[in-house]
Amino acid sequence: MIEIDVRGLACPIPVIRTKKALDEMQEGEILTIVDNPASKENVMRLARAYGCQIKVEPAGEDFRLTITRRRT
Amino acid sequence: MKKANWPVWLSGTVLLTGASLGVLAAFLVRWGNPGNMGICVACFLRDIAGGLGFHRAAGVQYIRPEIMGIILGAFVAAFLAKEFRPTGGSSTLLRFILGMFSMTGALVFLGCPVRMALRLSGGDLNAILGVGGFASGIYLGVIFLRRGFTLGRSGSAGKSNGIILPTIMLGLFLLLIARPAFIFFSEKGPGSQYAPVLLSFIAGLLIGGLAQRSRFCLVGGIRDFILIGNPYLFFGLMALIASGTLTNLFLGQFHLGFSDQPVAHQAHLWNFLGMMLVGVCGVLLGGCPLRQLILAGEGNVDSTFVVLGMLAGAALAHNFDLASSPRGPTTYGQIAVIALLLFALLIGIKEKVA
Repeated sequence: MIEIDVRGLACPIPVIRTKKALDEMQEGEILTIVDNPASKENVMRLARAYGCQIKVEPAGEDFRLTITRRRT
Repeated sequence: MKKANWPVWLSGTVLLTGASLGVLAAFLVRWGNPGNMGICVACFLRDIAGGLGFHRAAGVQYIRPEIMGIILGAFVAAFLAKEFRPTGGSSTLLRFILGMFSMTGALVFLGCPVRMALRLSGGDLNAILGVGGFASGIYLGVIFLRRGFTLGRSGSAGKSNGIILPTIMLGLFLLLIARPAFIFFSEKGPGSQYAPVLLSFIAGLLIGGLAQRSRFCLVGGIRDFILIGNPYLFFGLMALIASGTLTNLFLGQFHLGFSDQPVAHQAHLWNFLGMMLVGVCGVLLGGCPLRQLILAGEGNVDSTFVVLGMLAGAALAHNFDLASSPRGPTTYGQIAVIALLLFALLIGIKEKVA
């Protein structure tokens, strides 16, 4: 599992870093940690656009997004 | 690689925000605001700077209640959605400076990105040059983002940090109602043209609330489209232009052409370069001037400093004769735009904090 901690980073960096990881993998899991709802929505939208499964867990003021990419 | 397929049906609230903004802005003009200036974050902050006496350009002094409404609307919406959260500490000084840069560019063009779209929907073809410049500036910003540009991480800030700007907005509203002698009100010019206070304030509240919920952003609209093909925020810009045009046609406020446009000039190069500066600064700051107001309302101290930087930039732009007038840009304004563009590019190249 690749972990991407983008807490405190402004729009659109959470999306850029998650996209980079998605583009570099065929299949696997990415954990993106964000600290605001706008970034959460943006990363979720990205994952959906890639046809990935996504699981969101609130963790205090942060959100932990687990993205699963399967080989197509 | 599988092609990204964006779930566009999610864009409901952003479409609603853009459409409401276009309609409300056209009606604000009908109710008394200057032509094609129903809403303009740059012009209105500039008017507030004038009202407070930070600059003495007699024609552009008024405490614009739309700004107070937008910030307070975002504050209330964020609070109700449990999204109000004071944060800060990411290159605060650089953000203040970039806010000043952005304001200078906007005042050379004569409008923030929102007014750029509104000018277009009023038939002002000069705004096309603005759109071209804005998109080019964003494109440059995207290059920096791809190279790893960031202004660094922010962290949690004490609760009181987040309520300072909303409190200042309430204070400004009281000053507008009480009209004490030390506040300046234009007797002529754009500053003397305004819609009834309550209508302006309520329109601002609606726009602020909607924009907070939808994350509406005009820089984001073009940036996300270029960067990753995400059209979500881009629809907001389209909705704004479409609804603004239709409402202006309906109200008889649509006048197609380059000449005789309200609060606009025809120096194409400077319209282009002014908005280019706004575009590149917008990407570096993570959002357009309207988005900065919204984030500031949510408790973001870094965005609050962008807003304060825009206020300071507006004062300087008029004190140093950088702002354009309907006669065209000034020589100082032209020098400033070129110099600040170079500085902004340097910041874009240099800043890569982890």
